[in-house]
Amino acid sequence: MGRYIVRRLLWVVVLVFAVVTLTFVIFSVLPSADPARLRAGRSPNQQLVKDIRHRFKLDKPIYVQYGKYIGDLVTNLDFGHSYQNDTDVLDEILKRLPATISLAIGGAIVWLIMGISVGIVSAIYRRSVLDRVAMGLSLVAISAPVFWLGLVALYVFADDIGKIPILPGAGSYVPLTDDPVEWFTSLILPWCVLAAAFAAIYARLLRGNLIETMSEDYIRTARAKGLSERKVILKHGLRSAITPVVSALGLDLGLLLAGNAILTETVFNIPGIGRLSYNAIINSDLPTIEGVVLFGALFIVVLNLIVDIAYAFIDPRVRYT
Amino acid sequence: MTEVPLLQVDDLHVTFDTEDGLVRAVDGVSFTVERGKTLGIVGESGSGKSVTSLTIMGLTRGPATQISGSAVLEGTDLVSASNEHLREVRSNDVAMVFQDPLSSLHPFYQVGSQLVEAIQTHQHVSRAQAFDRAGELLELVGIPDARRRLLSYPHEFSGGMRQRAMIAMALANDPKVLIADEPTTALDVTVQAQILELIARLQAELGMGVVIITHDLGVVAETADEIAVMYAGRIVEEARTDTLFDAPEHPYTWGLLESIPKLTGPREEELIPIPGRPPSLINRPSGCSFHPRCPYVREAHKRVDPQLEPVPGDAGHRTACLLVPEVRRELWSKLKAGAEPEKARAEVPLRDEEDLERRDADGLSQDAGLDAPRR
Repeated sequence: MGRYIVRRLLWVVVLVFAVVTLTFVIFSVLPSADPARLRAGRSPNQQLVKDIRHRFKLDKPIYVQYGKYIGDLVTNLDFGHSYQNDTDVLDEILKRLPATISLAIGGAIVWLIMGISVGIVSAIYRRSVLDRVAMGLSLVAISAPVFWLGLVALYVFADDIGKIPILPGAGSYVPLTDDPVEWFTSLILPWCVLAAAFAAIYARLLRGNLIETMSEDYIRTARAKGLSERKVILKHGLRSAITPVVSALGLDLGLLLAGNAILTETVFNIPGIGRLSYNAIINSDLPTIEGVVLFGALFIVVLNLIVDIAYAFIDPRVRYT
Repeated sequence: MTEVPLLQVDDLHVTFDTEDGLVRAVDGVSFTVERGKTLGIVGESGSGKSVTSLTIMGLTRGPATQISGSAVLEGTDLVSASNEHLREVRSNDVAMVFQDPLSSLHPFYQVGSQLVEAIQTHQHVSRAQAFDRAGELLELVGIPDARRRLLSYPHEFSGGMRQRAMIAMALANDPKVLIADEPTTALDVTVQAQILELIARLQAELGMGVVIITHDLGVVAETADEIAVMYAGRIVEEARTDTLFDAPEHPYTWGLLESIPKLTGPREEELIPIPGRPPSLINRPSGCSFHPRCPYVREAHKRVDPQLEPVPGDAGHRTACLLVPEVRRELWSKLKAGAEPEKARAEVPLRDEEDLERRDADGLSQDAGLDAPRR
């Protein structure tokens, strides 16, 4: 197992390198706005643009830029500075990360609780009215876009514009370290909006898996032992049916941490990674894009590694060498 | 035989409501299991033998299942028992060993903890005590180094060891009846014999009533005291084991016997398969269910539903066949001598036509049987 983890981590290095390179290539090959012009502001003179270009070494050939970027990254863990406002990219990302992590992990807890409980109930009472209603609602939740759902949530519950003003609305995010209570209340709406579609997908996933698992021979054995139906379902059925949920969770959480929560962040005006990357892209801010992509890749591969390790604990037949 | 039998199944019907229609999986089955005796239930897949045993344990209950009849275990009817009561019965009174031990054991739990679970469900003992008992059980079923093996997962066991572990789990609460549903089908031939021996030994030691369900007459030849042959959800013949092999009465039983490879006898003797397929349990053939596959079928057999009736001059031997007994005996003696079914049929006049016509006209066949009237 130890050797397996080391090998996987070495692969992470290779993968991150490949991702960084690919981003560089895409940025230089595809047409994009000139970052120096964007930085220079409205109707700049040629000299200013030239100076900016020189300062960020944008006048050097692309391979020189690439070499310098990789060199700084490897030797000093220096992610470079934003073309847009000279801030240190690493600082900027680390400043934004807590908001995204708060949103993603809190959302994941909400959708796991919702998805797993609805999935179990729907599987047990399959084809009942309860199941049909739950599965119908889940289709709605999957189909509803986050920006729409988010606006509806704000319209109903936000304390500034809502009809039932009980929760903080958009732009109320405060870091956990500043005020835990306010951090929590300000994230309730974003968590629920973010979690809705995931909860629905997980409920359907678990329902299908659990129904399939409950027809396994070992479930019959468990019943033949005289176990209560509750124990049969929770101890024998769920244990097997939960494995695909674990792998889905790893992937989804990784994507959200990588910036996929951008819609929720935008609707609720949460200063997270998603909005950082959005701004970087429209400003052709390559160092920030590189930084965000690199962190995203790290999150995804590390979470997948955790999922694979978790698998070995859930299923004893899985052995890594 | 005045003693009340351990388990008495009477006129058991199990019907599943499926999208294709009503499946009459078990259609009026009655049998008894005595203490310390072994009953073999033999039949093709889909003959209702597994459903019968699962129903005794209440494992076929569901919204789409209709069950009638009774299965009385020491005075308590399991068919009408509450779910709570059935949970007490399972493993405590009636335990079951299933066909495929790999898929019947939970892949994620250690064998020991699955045994401990079975013990602790019915006995108020500490985990350590249950663990000790689990070790004893594995020893009892002949797994070497039992205590260490408790910590193994099912996939780390061989097929035979898994089935031994399943048997150990079934014995966890000293059941009165052990039902083994195709216990050897998924195993190597050499291991099959060991498992059957093990079941026989445990039965002798523990005095359980045992039901062995199989499609293979060879499996029950050595172990069963009595054999019931099932076809299309009904018992078509039941007899003591030696009688069933020496003087079988039903053409389906003949077919089963003729399709077993024999080690003695000339090599060129061909195995004779039973032609056709098991009938649909939704649209059951009219008359005798076996008539579409029976080499000795007469017109009347397609109309008259045979009842399980005693074979004259042979107590305890019953069969559901419309051929007259003398004809059956002549046919079997020809078959035993090596004749093929067509030849036997050509040589023996089937003189039961007029007899059947008479019974048909009298409506005798409706109430001549020992079984309760059909629904």
